[in-house]
This record gives sequence, structure tokens and C-alpha cells, in this order.
Amino acid sequence: MPVVVVEVMPKPELLDPAGKAVAGALARLGHSAFSGVRIGKRIELTVDRPVDEALLEEVRAIAEDLLANTVIEDVVAVYPSGAEDELDEFSIVAAGETH
Amino acid sequence: MARIGVVTFPGSLDDRDAMRAVRLAGAEPVALWHAERDLKGVDAVVLPGGFSYGDYLRCGAIAARSPIMGDVIEAANKGMPVLGICNGFQILVEAHLLPGGLIRNDHGSFVCRDQRMRVEHASTAWTNRFTVGDEITIPLKNGEGGFIASAETIRELEGEGRVVFRYLDVNPNGSMNDIAGIANERGNVVGLMPHPEHAVEPGFGPDTPAAMRSGTDGLVLFQSAVAALLAV
Repeated sequence: MPVVVVEVMPKPELLDPAGKAVAGALARLGHSAFSGVRIGKRIELTVDRPVDEALLEEVRAIAEDLLANTVIEDVVAVYPSGAEDELDEFSIVAAGETH
Repeated sequence: MARIGVVTFPGSLDDRDAMRAVRLAGAEPVALWHAERDLKGVDAVVLPGGFSYGDYLRCGAIAARSPIMGDVIEAANKGMPVLGICNGFQILVEAHLLPGGLIRNDHGSFVCRDQRMRVEHASTAWTNRFTVGDEITIPLKNGEGGFIASAETIRELEGEGRVVFRYLDVNPNGSMNDIAGIANERGNVVGLMPHPEHAVEPGFGPDTPAAMRSGTDGLVLFQSAVAALLAV
């Protein structure tokens, strides 16, 4: 069955203590190339019918309403699984947000 | 007698403590269940602390969309006093009854301490028995208690005097402007991270200079609600 992926990240201007803790661990393990880590979420919604634009629109609305709290997070992308290579076609970018 | 409801969600921990605090303040506690659309005619509601729905998705996110919250939101918008404690505060921001958000403590650790704070707004339904400037001690215990909001929201909260409590001595979780609790415009909805229901009875509260575990500053929030309901 088709799957729609929603990606959510903490807002860039907010501190991400979980990412900071992982960055600290990387440094301790000797991985010196990484100056920052931020941790977000990937949410997979299994769909019982073919994915079309109307369904993606519904998922975008769910993403903004429930899956992310837009006070503290941004919805970075919404796309059908397997469409990672065509991200440009399906992704949504929150107003003013770049990724 | 005023009837104050306490909502139990799956994962609520301090619902019984909150009910006890309501009783000690002179009101009748009424147990409410998250899955029912029934406020049982209560005059006020407390959303207690805990880890509703295991903090899945985000703290308070799923509880904020539970059946009873539809009724709580409607009643709150009509002026019913609503208090959100810790996870209850997180539920209130997720339900958009209060602005801003609560994120993981900036130092990354769970914190549990007797927290001093200053009362900054004494005309809400939950703080009318305090005086602005009162310094009180209330137990605090959270992992995700960092209050954040956009610069515009912070300006609004500060400008309208809607910061209700501000942390003293240390900022335990990285909250902006040392904010421990806030109110809505009308002052009937208040959310705070510290737990007033754990400071309501001598022998079981935080330490004070007078005696060990003698702190009962938290009781004043519940007494304030009783006073507000009598005044109506």
C-alpha cells in the first residue's frame, strides 16, 4: 500500500537539546567533522488508495495541524514514499523556510 | 460548594493529588475522564501533570485533541477557570488556549526541585489570593518545561502583564524571560510548569525556613479559584 512521508524539524532558531547531546557524543567518539546535529521526525502514513494531489493536500493540512506544532516545529516535506528523487515535485516548504 | 473537575488522561499522574488540593481548598473535586464529552456541570477544570499518551508525538499533543478537551475549550472560551499544571500546561498550549510552546529543558536533563518563583499577575482566576511580588516555593519536576514563543508573543505577554509566575534564583529549564506560568487575556486560563498541588498540606510540601516540608504556597491557587467562583 502506498505511503506518504511527513518530515518535521524543530525550528532552526530554537535550541535542540537532543541534537546537542548527540553532537557531544560524536565529538567524544572522535568524529571531528560535524559541528552540529539537529533531530527531527519522519512520519509515515499508510494510505488505502492511490496517492493523488487531493490526498497530499489533506496530509499537508494534517501535518500543519497535528503532526507538527508550528510554534516550535516546521513541516519540512510531505511526499509519497519512493518519490524522494522527485522531492521538488511533491515537497512543500513552509512559508519563509528553506531546507 | 464550588465543584472543580480534574481530568484524567491515559498517563496522568497527579490527578489524585490535584483532587486532594481541591478538597483542601474547600471545593468539591469531581473526577473527569478524557474519553467522555461530559464536564459533569463543574465550575472549573484542572488539567493535571503526568505524561498523557506517553508524551507521544509531542507532550500534550494527543490529549489536547481528546474528546473532553472539546468541551474544556468551549467552556474556557466562555470564561470558565481552567488550570494546566506541567503536562496540563503543555496540553493548554497544544489546544491553543495559551500561546507559545514547551520544549525539552535546555540542559537536556529532567529536573526535580523546590522552585522559588515570583507572582507577577494576581488578578487571574487562579492567583487572586496572591499579591503581585509575592515570592513562593512550589515543587517543579519536568523534562520538557522550556517555555518558548515568538518575539511578538513574548512582547504581547509581557506588555499585557500576562506572565503569571517567573522563576527566581535559577531558570530550571531554559524558559524565555524566566517564564514559569502564563494566562490568557481574560485571566481565566492559567498554565504553569511547577506543581502547586504538591504544596498544599504541612508535612508534605517543600521545605521552608520555618520547618521541613511545611510549604503550602500551592494551596493559594486552588483557594483563588474557589474565591473567583464565589465572586461570580
